[in-house]
Amino acid sequence: MIAGRSRKARILGSIGLYTAVAAYVIFALFPLFWTLKISVTPQSLLYSEGITMWPSSATWENYKTVLRATDFPRYFLNSVIVSVVTAVLVTIIASAAGYALSRFSFRGKTTVAVILLLTQTFPLVMVIPPIYRIMGELGLTNSLTGLIIIYTAFNIAFATFLMQSFFDGIPKDLEEAAMIDGCSRSQALRRVIIPLTLPGMGATLGFVFTAAWSELLFALMLISSDSQKTFAVGLLTFIGKFAVDWGQMMAASVLALIPACLFFGFLQRYLVTGLTAGAVKG
Amino acid sequence: MAMQSTAAMTPQQERKASSKRRFSAAFEPWLYLSPALVLLLVVLVVPLIFGVSYSFRKFSAFKSEYVGLAQYKALLSDPVLGQALMNTLWWTVASLFLQFFLGLGLALLLDRPFFGKKVVQAIVFLPWAVPSFLSGLTWAWLFNPIVGPLPHWLFALGLKSEPTNILSDPATAMWGPIIANVWFGVPFFAITLLAALKSIPSELHEAAAIDGANPWQRFIKVTLPFLAPTIAITVMLRTIWIATFADLIYVMTEGGPAGSTNTVATYIYVSAFKTLDKGYASAVAVLLLALLILYAVVLIRIRRSLVRYS
Repeated sequence: MIAGRSRKARILGSIGLYTAVAAYVIFALFPLFWTLKISVTPQSLLYSEGITMWPSSATWENYKTVLRATDFPRYFLNSVIVSVVTAVLVTIIASAAGYALSRFSFRGKTTVAVILLLTQTFPLVMVIPPIYRIMGELGLTNSLTGLIIIYTAFNIAFATFLMQSFFDGIPKDLEEAAMIDGCSRSQALRRVIIPLTLPGMGATLGFVFTAAWSELLFALMLISSDSQKTFAVGLLTFIGKFAVDWGQMMAASVLALIPACLFFGFLQRYLVTGLTAGAVKG
Repeated sequence: MAMQSTAAMTPQQERKASSKRRFSAAFEPWLYLSPALVLLLVVLVVPLIFGVSYSFRKFSAFKSEYVGLAQYKALLSDPVLGQALMNTLWWTVASLFLQFFLGLGLALLLDRPFFGKKVVQAIVFLPWAVPSFLSGLTWAWLFNPIVGPLPHWLFALGLKSEPTNILSDPATAMWGPIIANVWFGVPFFAITLLAALKSIPSELHEAAAIDGANPWQRFIKVTLPFLAPTIAITVMLRTIWIATFADLIYVMTEGGPAGSTNTVATYIYVSAFKTLDKGYASAVAVLLLALLILYAVVLIRIRRSLVRYS
């Protein structure tokens, strides 16, 4: 009798578990699925079929138009340039800073860590008015260089903590052993530490790339010429101009999603380290 | 110079070399830190100081003049700012509450074994990787009755009398960005809380189960105290982050209709960028920073008194 009840409870429990899991999966996927669905719906069926789960005939036409007849390939390239350069710069600078915080004890170390932590929690809207003006005076509006400088600075603190945690994960004995065997500190760094932190550097690259790829407000404020627009800015101005072409808009969105998803797949392993190091990063 | 490395050094040379080593040991970490620190100084700290000084100036097309506290006086009688402060409070509290509890629920689910867990985990964390402007646009489209299903479903359920866009009604517009923000932010809480859950020693749960504690008691007495430090820090940082997060609202409603979704963050952005009133925007930004610091101080105080109490 008791065994029977507990079995029933267990079945009910696992039904509850799978229902909850299914609800979360649907909530996470549905918006993306819908964007994909509209992007392959022919313009003619968009209004006639109403709200359906899948159009009666799908098409790649919207993607072809976006790739051939609009400026999106240019925007895509600009975003790739900005994100890749930012990610590389941040990873180099943050690796150096993270190495210093992990391997040296020196006066002022706590102060440096606190300052980094403060800039990390710092609301970026604070610097919107001054940056808009300063960049204008320096002639860095409408330039990808301006964006790269800003994004690099915004991501440094988070990436430094991330790199520090990766360096902390490598036992000090390893490089000490190498140094006893006659390596200098820089040789130990090059032959022992860097090869072991390469995966960590890869993760940092990925996180910074994703952050730079997603940034909208500063890009929207600083870039107005068509040739320098990033994908986010291009998409928003596209909406302003051709608000009716739903299919093309969503096809462009799906294209913008691809790099982010690729990096996400690669970053899965590092999500916990990354999000705890940069507890404030989106 | 070449001599130094070959043969034994004179005491003088040795002293020189060791002081050089000491100097480089003190200097080396700063060498590695300097690019990061210089960049932060130039791109964040200097503009911050400029921003504070802007708040005492009035900007017009070609010149700016010192006006003392006039901008701050204007803040006090600005009805748009008053509404924006209330909107910020509602936006932050509602987003945080839903993100946190849905995130906690997800973390507890993912802490149990079930079939297909790896795939599920990848899918439910995916919204975190979606750029925020795309999250905003995607949800704005879902709420749009022309291409999105949500107005029709709400109508079919009897929650709305007509299948219209909730984003164009001042009474309901804020729900749009809040839901998008929850979608985007649940993975963050789920991931950090899941990491904290995994660090709970399983013996504790087993011991509590042997003592006859039911799952709810085990959650309250074992799980929650272990999660508390993580919860405290993530909730604090997340509050600051959400309160100043303008992307989703800007993309979905630009603060409208009739200012019903205008938060302090979007107000700063729009006044600095669209209306070009940098002095006033800076004064609002200083006010926001002051409020956030106040919030952090109060929260840290409360936490400290709780720790002392227990």
